[in-house]
Amino acid sequence: MTTTAITPEGGQASPASMENPALHVDGLWKIFGPRADKIIGTEQANLSRKELQEKTGHVVGIRDVSFDVAPGEVFVVMGLSGSGKSTLVRLLTRLIEPTAGTVELYGEKITGMDDSALLETRRRKVSMVFQHFGLLPHRKVVDNVGFGLEVRGEGKSQRRNRAQEMVDLVGLSGYENNFPDQLSGGMQQRVGLARALAADPEILMFDEPFSALDPLIRRDMQNEVIRLHEEVGKTMVFITHDLAEALKLGDRILIMRDGEIVQIGTPDEVVGAPADEYVRDFTSEVPKSHVLTLKWVMRPDTGEVPADAPALPHDQIVRDAARIVLDHDGPCRVVDGDKVVGVVDDEDILRVVVAEEAH
Amino acid sequence: MAVDTATAVPPPPPARQQENKEEQPYLERGKKRHTGPLLLGILVVWLVVFALLKNHDTRALGLQDTTDFHEWLNRIRDWVQLHGPDNWFFGGVLGFIGDTFNNIFTFLQKLVSIPAFPRPVPQIGWLGVVAVFAWIAWAVAGLRSTILVVITFLLFGVFGLWQDSIDLLLVTILAVLVCFIIGLPLGIAMARRTTMSNIVTPLLDIAQTMPPFAYLAPVALGFGIGPTTAIVLTVVYALPPLVRITEHGIRSVPETTIEAARSLGLTSSQMLRRVELPMAKRTIVVGVNQSMMAALSMATIAALVNGPGLGKPVNAALQIQNIGAASVAGLLIVLMAIMLDRTTTAASERSGGVASVSGPQVLLMGVVLEKLPRWATEDAGRGVRHPRLTNAGKWTIRGLWLIPVLVAVYLSRQQLNFAQFPGRDVWGFLKPIDGKSVTKYINDFSNWFIDKVDTFTLALKNDVTKVVINPFQNLLAESPWWAMALVILAIAFVLGGWRPTVISAVCLAIIFGTGLWNDSMVTLAMTLLATLLVMVVAVILGVGMGRSRRTDTIIRPFLDAFQTIPPFVYLVPALALFGVGRFTAIMAALAYAAPIATKLVADGIRGVAPTTVEAARSTGSTTWQMITKVQLPMARESLVLATNQGLLYVLSMVVIGGLVGGGSLGYIVVSGFSQDQLFGKGLAAGIAITAMGVMLDRIARYAAARVGR
Ligand SMILES: Nc1ncnc2c1ncn2[C@@H]1O[C@H](COP(=O)(O)OP(=O)(O)OP(=O)(O)O)[C@@H](O)[C@H]1O
Ligand SMILES: [Mg+2]
Repeated sequence: MTTTAITPEGGQASPASMENPALHVDGLWKIFGPRADKIIGTEQANLSRKELQEKTGHVVGIRDVSFDVAPGEVFVVMGLSGSGKSTLVRLLTRLIEPTAGTVELYGEKITGMDDSALLETRRRKVSMVFQHFGLLPHRKVVDNVGFGLEVRGEGKSQRRNRAQEMVDLVGLSGYENNFPDQLSGGMQQRVGLARALAADPEILMFDEPFSALDPLIRRDMQNEVIRLHEEVGKTMVFITHDLAEALKLGDRILIMRDGEIVQIGTPDEVVGAPADEYVRDFTSEVPKSHVLTLKWVMRPDTGEVPADAPALPHDQIVRDAARIVLDHDGPCRVVDGDKVVGVVDDEDILRVVVAEEAH
Repeated sequence: MAVDTATAVPPPPPARQQENKEEQPYLERGKKRHTGPLLLGILVVWLVVFALLKNHDTRALGLQDTTDFHEWLNRIRDWVQLHGPDNWFFGGVLGFIGDTFNNIFTFLQKLVSIPAFPRPVPQIGWLGVVAVFAWIAWAVAGLRSTILVVITFLLFGVFGLWQDSIDLLLVTILAVLVCFIIGLPLGIAMARRTTMSNIVTPLLDIAQTMPPFAYLAPVALGFGIGPTTAIVLTVVYALPPLVRITEHGIRSVPETTIEAARSLGLTSSQMLRRVELPMAKRTIVVGVNQSMMAALSMATIAALVNGPGLGKPVNAALQIQNIGAASVAGLLIVLMAIMLDRTTTAASERSGGVASVSGPQVLLMGVVLEKLPRWATEDAGRGVRHPRLTNAGKWTIRGLWLIPVLVAVYLSRQQLNFAQFPGRDVWGFLKPIDGKSVTKYINDFSNWFIDKVDTFTLALKNDVTKVVINPFQNLLAESPWWAMALVILAIAFVLGGWRPTVISAVCLAIIFGTGLWNDSMVTLAMTLLATLLVMVVAVILGVGMGRSRRTDTIIRPFLDAFQTIPPFVYLVPALALFGVGRFTAIMAALAYAAPIATKLVADGIRGVAPTTVEAARSTGSTTWQMITKVQLPMARESLVLATNQGLLYVLSMVVIGGLVGGGSLGYIVVSGFSQDQLFGKGLAAGIAITAMGVMLDRIARYAAARVGR
């Protein structure tokens, strides 16, 4: 197991509270069942999911989850089926009522809002994209896209223009008068995307948006999300059970199991320093050289490397640095700014690359 | 390495952790029930008692005889008739409803069907009426329905039954309108609130188990004889399907869509108007279709309490056994049923497929569409050749077509020939095909038939009556009442356990209380025989259909057609073939109940997993073994369900069969309307019918639940 050879450096990035987070989640709980609120705070809350279900018939959806999402960040939540991802994302806009805990959006408390404020939030501040699209079959594409604007009472020509803009943005120009059932799955999800963008929300939430699509279309759509993120720069919370997707899109990744947080970290942290066996299992199939940065493979600098050896930034992906290191005779320096933080040589690189070939 | 691995013993499977092991299911010990031997035992004891105590304690009651209970009901009737008008409930509430509907109905009649004084003809004559209905059919359902509507309406006139036809249509439409106004909100409320659903569903169950004959009398007592009674009866009968289907439609809107809509911040009313109703629209229109078919069949039966419409000529003709006249009116009822069914079905198909071609487009080919002004059409998107009409465009075209309709209405007010459908005196060419001629043709044929062929059918009828119906009926009706009650309870217990036995005991007590025990047993005997017959037919046809797609495609359209025919109409051919008698009623019941039972059996047989059938074939079963050992046993749930439905259908038809000599309860109900002193007895018969329906339904249901496991 070569993974053990990689020494984690700096440990786990702790989800320390941020200054002005876009989304602030604190102590969030969801227990399904008629007497859910009676359970939190008692011993029963400490029981495992299975035990609680056996003893009381209640199911723990989310257990004491806290995290922050920075403005403009793509925050990925991942976990196996049934780990509570969908529940979590629905709690964030109270499509499901939380049992305990707080959710704040740009400083505004979503938990505890009255109904009209909540409607307003859903109409203007948060948009969601769903796995099964949730389009209205009796409306044309353009009317589906403009639906959110319609329910918040915008004028017809205004919302038509905005909807048309969004249709063009997601690359569906020409299809605005089609009905959803005339489109392919990928195109339907583009409509879902356009509908979410039309409201010009502060934050976008995706619940496994591409799971129902075939792999090629899925790749296209992922690139589309990356492009849109670059163009409109929205904060995004993205749910997936596909690690490759998580690594590709995520600035940071939250890994869940049985409704609890297992690890939060950047892609290279998750792969380089899995918090436990569960995460390690998850990440064992990942091509590490595509994810890990030099920081994860370098050795401490013992002063043996000449100052004229190439200097590589510590957050460069291994794969991108491989050419330079392998071409250079002898070790290279790894720098953080001006400071030399370590060295890498051919062997360090090959250990990561070759480990993959063995798989 | 390769050699090593090839010879190496495969490693033992990794030890599973204890908690991952599949849970062992809870073991249920099978109970031996001995249903067959027990039933046989009951039969033997019953026969012994019958042999010993025949004709003792049968509680038989002559037709003109009444009991105290009947007299008590008569007195209630008298009180209602005497004091009703001053009573807040009868005079106030019911009276108000009655007056309102009578007024609306008379207004509509004057508009389209009866002379509107001082005019000698209705406000709108036949030409205008045909044009208006054709336009409506075209707007909601398309060209084909329009043609059907025009032909049907013309035949109303040609057969000389214009007024009765239009009256029947008015009752039906008015009742469906009321159903819609009540049923839609009710269905929506039930879909949104589980408690509401839990309260209303049992009520709908009861309404649907009650044979329509049972509540003719009480409604007639409350609203008097006339249009209101007909409309109320029809509403009671036609409401349940609409409510149920509406609830189902709203509930079946996908959760994912609802959730996506919620995430956009829809209020509850926006959700209803913009998401749930549009998405359930198609299903709701199916509900309207079901409701309309039910309404039509009840509206015809309402003729017995003087309800307006085509039921009246059928009933009158049945009384004097004028087959020809009954057939002509019956034919128009069937045509009307087909017209309503096709039109509403087409409307529902259209309302579902949003992307499909809409009505006006059928008339305006794509070429024309492209030449329309810009606001009237829009590009239909990629991959769709022709542009489509915008809403503005659609309504403009509909408006344009309204012009000829208005011209027709105008003409029908000006010209007598367009106001009153001309008879053979005016339009000579109608002579060979008008109502009188057709009546004569049918009567001639029927007389010829009676002369030549009827010997066979009559012999069949007499033989079956003598060999099967009479003995069985005697067994039930001539056993002492307590023996009979015990037999029924014992059977209920053996088939379904304690609960149906308790329910049956209550129902039997009610039947006993009505004082009509003996007549009830006669009706029960006929119901059971007819159901047996229905099941024989259903199993033979159903197995054939379930096993072969071809057979299915050939037979199913006939079953569909049979199902659209209102039950009342079945009496006509049955009477023509077999004359009056109990056998005739049983045959009518067979025709009425067999289609639904057959369909259920066929679906059950088809539902047997293909893998099971394949496995059975691979063991070398013959076709007969396959049917008897695999397919029928595995479809037994459907068989029981089919029996249950068959029983209820048969019961309601056997009762209606009282009109063609079916005798017993049905005849008593009818007599209750015609003879003053028998009113209470007729009402009691209605109660007995309901109790019997509930009892049979419950026994069958619990038996089904047992068989299902
Ligand atoms: N309404 C509910 N009532 C009871 N339990 C529920 C309910 N909704 C979800 N759960 C349970 O909560 C757990 C988490 O479900 P959730 O749908 O959030 O998982 P997920 O991570 O989204 O899985 P998937 O990848 O399959 O979508 C599951 O065990 C599920 O059974
Ligand atoms: Mg999910």
